[in-house]
Amino acid sequence: MLSEYAFWFLSFVAVFSAAGMIFSKNPVYSVLSLIITFFAVAGHYFLLGAQFLAAVHIIVYAGAIMVLFLYVIMMLNLNKLEEEKRSIWSKSLSVATGGILMLVLLAAVRRTDELNAIAVGEYDAAMGLTQNLGNVLYREFLMPFELASVLFLGAMVGAVYLSKKELA
Amino acid sequence: MELYHNITINHYLALSAVLFGMGALGILFRRNAIIMFMCIELMLNAVNISLVAFSKMWNHTDAQVFVFFIMVVAAAEVAVGLAILMMLYRNTHTTDTSVLNNLKF
Repeated sequence: MLSEYAFWFLSFVAVFSAAGMIFSKNPVYSVLSLIITFFAVAGHYFLLGAQFLAAVHIIVYAGAIMVLFLYVIMMLNLNKLEEEKRSIWSKSLSVATGGILMLVLLAAVRRTDELNAIAVGEYDAAMGLTQNLGNVLYREFLMPFELASVLFLGAMVGAVYLSKKELA
Repeated sequence: MELYHNITINHYLALSAVLFGMGALGILFRRNAIIMFMCIELMLNAVNISLVAFSKMWNHTDAQVFVFFIMVVAAAEVAVGLAILMMLYRNTHTTDTSVLNNLKF
């Protein structure tokens, strides 16, 4: 019962702060709204029994990625309101296109009722804990895990190279 | 399938669809490159929600590992993307992507 209310509360928080992220004029407010969305998403992970992912999500997104965004906004000094010079025609058309995509996705989800008929075995509550995930990650997914570190190395070299002053 | 009290997999798929659609709407609606990046992050998260819901539905860990790798790719993408953004700002003194119209037909 409580988790049902928690679902609706977290969903409304996520959707409304996502809207605030899109429609606020000040980029700093956009970043803060998106952080609220990420916390709501982490709450959903908790509800779904993925405790480790919820913790990692808060650490990586709210702790690292959004701080990077705020840092760039600070360095570029973008905290002022700037008008985007676009016609009302172009803006309304973009809202209509996004809304239609959302409606199509929702309509597709509505047709997946047969998913609800699937009976799956007893739920294992320890599935999302660190021990279980670590076993899977370091046994079955060891190769992708190591390749991810290569990806990070490449991203790091690329970021440093792009930020060098004499490049421009 | 009921994931927990009264909440089915369809609820989570609908939430995921709404968040994904809002991310796409934001990319179309805004011209500020930083906001567009954040919308991409929102879309990745929308997909992550549905993956975790499927993980609970099938009682299987693989989807959660997949979410883990999506986070890795998102972090790498942000690092490179913000470096590109810094270079864009250094060359054009704005983050408004409507000034980048050299490829426009």
